[in-house]
Amino acid sequence: MRKPAVVVLAAVVGLSILPSPAGAEGGHVNLYSYRQPFLMKPLLDAFTRKTGIKVNMVYAKTGMLERLKAEGRNSPADAVLTADIGRLTDLVRAGLVQPVASAVLRANIPARYRHPDGLWFGLTTRARVIYADKTRVKPGEVSTYEDLADPRFKGRVCTRSGKHAYNISLLASFIAAKGEKAAEAWARALQSNLARRPQGNDRAQVRAIMEGECDVALGNSYYMGKMATNDKKPEQKAWAAAVTIIFPNQPRAGRPGGDALGRGTHVNLSGGAVTKSAKNRDNAIRLLEFLSGDFAQRIYAEQNFEYPVKSGVPLHPLVASWGTFKADTVHLTEVAKYRTAAAKIMDRVAFDH
Amino acid sequence: MGLVGTRFGGGAGTFRRIDGWTLGTVLVALAASIPIFAVIGLALTPGESVWGHLASTVLPLYIRTTLLLMAGVGLGTLVIGAGTAWLVTMCRFPGRRIFEWALLLPMAIPAYVVAYVYTDLLEYAGPVQGALRASLGWTTKGDYWFPEIRSLGGAIAVMTLAFYPYVYLLSRVAFLEQSVCVFEVSRTLGHGPWRSAFRIALPLARPALVIGLSLVLMETLNDFGTVDYFAVATFTAGIFDVWLNMNSVSGAAQLASVLLLFVLVVVYLERRGRRGRRYHHTSTRYRALPGYPLRGGSAALASLACLAPVVLGFAVPAGVLGRYALTHYADTLEADFLTYTANSLGLSSMAAVITVAVGIFMAYGARLRGGPVVTAATRFASLGYAVPGAVLAIGVVLPTAWLDNTVDAVLDSVFGISTGLLLSGSVFVIIIGYVVRFLALSFGTIEASLSKVTASMDGAARTLGAGPAATLRRVHLPVMRGSVLTAAILVFVDCMKELPMTVILRPFDFHTLATFVHQYASDELLAESSLAALTIVASGILPVVLLSRTIGRSRPGHTGAPDGAGATP
Repeated sequence: MRKPAVVVLAAVVGLSILPSPAGAEGGHVNLYSYRQPFLMKPLLDAFTRKTGIKVNMVYAKTGMLERLKAEGRNSPADAVLTADIGRLTDLVRAGLVQPVASAVLRANIPARYRHPDGLWFGLTTRARVIYADKTRVKPGEVSTYEDLADPRFKGRVCTRSGKHAYNISLLASFIAAKGEKAAEAWARALQSNLARRPQGNDRAQVRAIMEGECDVALGNSYYMGKMATNDKKPEQKAWAAAVTIIFPNQPRAGRPGGDALGRGTHVNLSGGAVTKSAKNRDNAIRLLEFLSGDFAQRIYAEQNFEYPVKSGVPLHPLVASWGTFKADTVHLTEVAKYRTAAAKIMDRVAFDH
Repeated sequence: MGLVGTRFGGGAGTFRRIDGWTLGTVLVALAASIPIFAVIGLALTPGESVWGHLASTVLPLYIRTTLLLMAGVGLGTLVIGAGTAWLVTMCRFPGRRIFEWALLLPMAIPAYVVAYVYTDLLEYAGPVQGALRASLGWTTKGDYWFPEIRSLGGAIAVMTLAFYPYVYLLSRVAFLEQSVCVFEVSRTLGHGPWRSAFRIALPLARPALVIGLSLVLMETLNDFGTVDYFAVATFTAGIFDVWLNMNSVSGAAQLASVLLLFVLVVVYLERRGRRGRRYHHTSTRYRALPGYPLRGGSAALASLACLAPVVLGFAVPAGVLGRYALTHYADTLEADFLTYTANSLGLSSMAAVITVAVGIFMAYGARLRGGPVVTAATRFASLGYAVPGAVLAIGVVLPTAWLDNTVDAVLDSVFGISTGLLLSGSVFVIIIGYVVRFLALSFGTIEASLSKVTASMDGAARTLGAGPAATLRRVHLPVMRGSVLTAAILVFVDCMKELPMTVILRPFDFHTLATFVHQYASDELLAESSLAALTIVASGILPVVLLSRTIGRSRPGHTGAPDGAGATP
């Protein structure tokens, strides 16, 4: 027992030295990321190629905020990347990020997708759309989130957990548009229309439509692109082929843009922020600038099927084929404010149970 | 450590002297409890209370679901674990020698992976229901009934399959350590195998069964991966909901603390229930166990009973992973598996060695100086296992980062040197986390083993002039060799599978096999994660087989070959 223990000790000590962020030629930047490494890798590799700045990363879905907070001014993290608006506003509320005044970021990112004082910046948006079966759902049968709660969809709706950040965010946008009471009534009615207990991710809902478990589902737009072009798992192409994508709550005759029904489709954003403790502040800002620039925005659009925040960047042809849509114009900080209220509504209507 | 113990010398009514063992044991236990204290401290920080909302909505559901889950998993693992352990230890039937080790295999597969695999197979869109629909002409959901895998029942089934090896392992060790005399007496009284099991073997094995069961239940309580995937509203799911969706980490810590209180009460009640009883025996006759030969139908049933958990808990999940790995291995081939595997193995072995050392020290200290303070401190220290990993990780981050920042501030103001963060974000913190999280495994296993060594052994050694440390080294450790190795392997295998703490505590660009699985599995990309998941399973198999062999030999005065009926003392 004794000898292996020594070897193991040596190995672990060796390991502990290895991953220490080494300063490459152009320096480095340290990321805490809520986005999966395999999504970010092509972008970060391109950044390193272009600038010589090495990117180090820790990915976790939970706990990064608490770790950053505990590490305080000595935290090695220079920037945080997140997959939704909620985490960004949490960071602001905890006082863990610092303002950035960058002409490049201001030019690249529309005002509604960044914090007014530069505390966070949106990098891509994704629409929370409705997927509808091509044959079982008549054209025009569903055109708003409100429709999904209508009795004619009883037993025909699928969605992932009501407690998932994407659904919480959608419900929060509903509160921002129509108030808490109306939002609760909607959530309750939607719950009673569910074909099955909320489960699985957004792709699983499309699969369920193809398999005939339900007719309509809520999901994020980019999943459609990922399924429709999935050469590694061709069966997913069949799932995608079974549904059409509907951008809910578009303004039209009898439903003007100012009306709540024509408020636009709910969008969420992925984004980034520079930490208060950043030792490599300039590199962190350069990274955000790079991610919001033409080159990176194109990769986001082409590989992840997300909507670039920078105007003029072409969409993936498939995404473009879904047509343009009006996004809900409410500022996302407003939506983030109602997250807790939305989570409580999900409890009150027992959405998942 | 050389002070004479008070247990044997202290008079009634006098204050016990605080000696090295008492102090050492309490200090080690307190150090291991720091992260738990940090969680409780977090619970006490002011914040908007979530209790009013929870109590009026989902709290009753959380409690009901959690209790049902615990009851189901507890009963399931007890029946399967103790049942199969009894069969392979005491009965003779075809395949027994293989089942001895094969029954441990499900331990190598993380519960969340089992959950993913069975959902993939059994959901409406999966191959099983698809085949049923195709062959029987059903077309829609309404045409037939099929159990819903993503449900409380599904969670109970998955966790039972993933966790029963704990009970199997500990009860098998206990059955092996039982003297043949008690069974001979039992047979003389006309008891068959069933009555012997229920009247003699099970009651005698109670400490081991209770520890196995409590490990299972704590693991059930701390699980988030499975209940999240199945959307089962347990207390732990509630902790994460409050933390992430209601943005209240103090509220989450409050729920976690209530969970701890609940575990403490249950542990206390069980202890009180067997206060004053002793579970060792004085006979030294360890002739090979009798081995009731089973024939015909009962032999086939026994084989089947042992085969089912192995197939469902191991063969099916490993098979599905293997199939995916074959078709999708190219997707993740560029990943540096060698490094991830080395990281996993290095961290897990290191953590296993330390955790077992701490476990031995605490268990022996508690035996030596069984006062209320020592007992309470050691029990409390092993509660980390009941806390959800991600919450405990925050409990580790808080004190280590505080220590780092304090050292930095002091050195900076005195010498003008900034040390930055020394511990936080290093692999050492991951090891600290593992030790705190899995201390219950080593402490429990070793305590169970110690409880079966009669106190007269200590007395004899001490009479012969050996101090407590020498007694431990020369008497207890040799006797407990099997249990010590069992503890080490339990901790090792659990560290290999550990996810939530590693994810939060790790340094930049640091991957273990489990964190690599996680980045895909968290998005339900089972195929992409299959190769790494399979590597975890493969790395777990060897230690598990090794473990089984060790246990087979652990029977005192017995040198393996459990079939060799002729072995005499």
